[in-house]
Amino acid sequence: MDQNLEQKARKIRLDVLKMLYECQSGHPGGSLSCVEILQALYENVMQYDAKNPKWQDRDRLVMSKGHACPTLYAFLADKGFFPREELWNLRQYGSFLQGHPDMNKCPGVDASTGSLGQGTSWALGYALAGKRQGKDGGREFKVYCITGDGESQEGMVWESAMAAAHYQLDNLTILFDHNGLQIDGTNDQVLARGDICKKYEAFGWEVIVVDGHDVNAITEALKKPSAGKPRFICCNTVKGKGVSFMENQVGWHGKPMNQEQYEAACRELEV
Amino acid sequence: MAEKKSTRIAYGEALAKLGAVDDKVLVCDADLAHATMTAFFADQYPDRFYNFGIAEGNMMTSSAALAQSGYTVFASTFAVFGAGRAFEQIRNAICYSKANVKIGCSHAGPSCGEDGGSHQAVEDIGLMRGLPNMTVLVPADAAEMEKAVFAAAKFQGPVYIRTGRLPTDICTDESTPFEIGKANVLRDGKDVAIIACGIMVPQAIIAADKLAEKGISARVIDMHTIKPLDVEAVKAAAKECGAVVTAEEHSIINGLGSAVAEVLADGMNAPFERVGIMDRFGQSGKPQKLFEAYGLTDKEIVEASERVIARKA
Repeated sequence: MDQNLEQKARKIRLDVLKMLYECQSGHPGGSLSCVEILQALYENVMQYDAKNPKWQDRDRLVMSKGHACPTLYAFLADKGFFPREELWNLRQYGSFLQGHPDMNKCPGVDASTGSLGQGTSWALGYALAGKRQGKDGGREFKVYCITGDGESQEGMVWESAMAAAHYQLDNLTILFDHNGLQIDGTNDQVLARGDICKKYEAFGWEVIVVDGHDVNAITEALKKPSAGKPRFICCNTVKGKGVSFMENQVGWHGKPMNQEQYEAACRELEV
Repeated sequence: MAEKKSTRIAYGEALAKLGAVDDKVLVCDADLAHATMTAFFADQYPDRFYNFGIAEGNMMTSSAALAQSGYTVFASTFAVFGAGRAFEQIRNAICYSKANVKIGCSHAGPSCGEDGGSHQAVEDIGLMRGLPNMTVLVPADAAEMEKAVFAAAKFQGPVYIRTGRLPTDICTDESTPFEIGKANVLRDGKDVAIIACGIMVPQAIIAADKLAEKGISARVIDMHTIKPLDVEAVKAAAKECGAVVTAEEHSIINGLGSAVAEVLADGMNAPFERVGIMDRFGQSGKPQKLFEAYGLTDKEIVEASERVIARKA
């Protein structure tokens, strides 16, 4: 991987860990697994204006796995939507960095999420609006939605999958953070969904599988020309990526770090 | 009150009128356009109408996103499937983000008749009025419904509008004002105040006529906005009439009666009774039969009025 990209990913991960350590709550595992997905979007793909976060023509990002918002916040700060020092107020009283993203509080957040399964419907609605704007002579903006894999157990995800294909929303892309773990165990232990890619294909989506920690591969999948239908990118990831003792550990879904663990994690990433 | 018309028809017609003057209005439905009457809009403005299929949760959250993109969105289904099934989507996508979505729900209450208890919402007002950022409208008749739709479109933020299937009496007219949060006193009186909403407003007028024959002067208040409640109108009713009765086609728990009771409990010393559905589900039947069986007629309003007057100190 490109050295600059890797450096940036390390920096973001360190920010995420500090945010989570400071507030002694939050979700390290799923925040660390989606770093490169957000990196591809913010560094290479999305159109946005940090000085005008509500710019009507911007691409929309829906963080459906809202519990992983520390990573989103870290990128927003990095891109200048707000000062980096604000990150250390995550989950504190009065902070605009809520435990799950609040679009009315945090600049750059396009949807208030956290209730799993709803993000894909938010993205569907935005994609319909993007098509409408394009038809009315404006920019047909693109819509990206990052979902968790456990989240696909919500029935509403499939309601929106059906509707997106029906309305031929080729301006909509789901990035599926496939780390395989959820609170109570592996996806297969909790509620096996079978082959997610075949399911989305059957629903009428274009499906692409990538290494979810390879920014260039994710970027390439995102930039592929339209196939005339919504796109599902299955990003194979590692929960807790970058911190050896968190990787692939169910227990690190939503556990605070003690000082020793925090320092050990930082040492690994600062190398 | 010779003319009868359903509030759902008035809702659909108002949407079509609104569509002609505001091209930012979008209408969504969940395969019930010919029952909620959004079909009137869909027929005229097909490119501004979205059918989400039988998937109410998806419709509500997507409506929030459309609204957050600059549109005024009306999303419709039956009250049971909107306020009920899609409650959490209304809470977290529409109300939490303060999206400019108007939720027009039909087939509320036993007046939808033969479909039975599974389809007769008796709890939707309660569900909706508990949500922060939500405004709740229950227009009295078809004439008031049209004004409510236009007022909701002008208002920035989530609004729940309750509509009904049954053609009912028209008891207001073009000159009756409509302002969200401001009750209409349809008839003044001094012995008892009857505060009603929806199709119970015409029943309250009939009850007031019957009370007048007995020499009792009843004030009839059309409380078309359940939230924000017109607190001053309730307090004035308690002070000036000294006794209060509420009437609604909804459970006596959590609806208009509860909202009024919350005001009265705050230091108002007036005898009070609620006319409504006594904490039970509906069932199939002709609407009129159900009104009698569930105590939703002028008779119950008259009896409750006489009891609260008798309790005055």
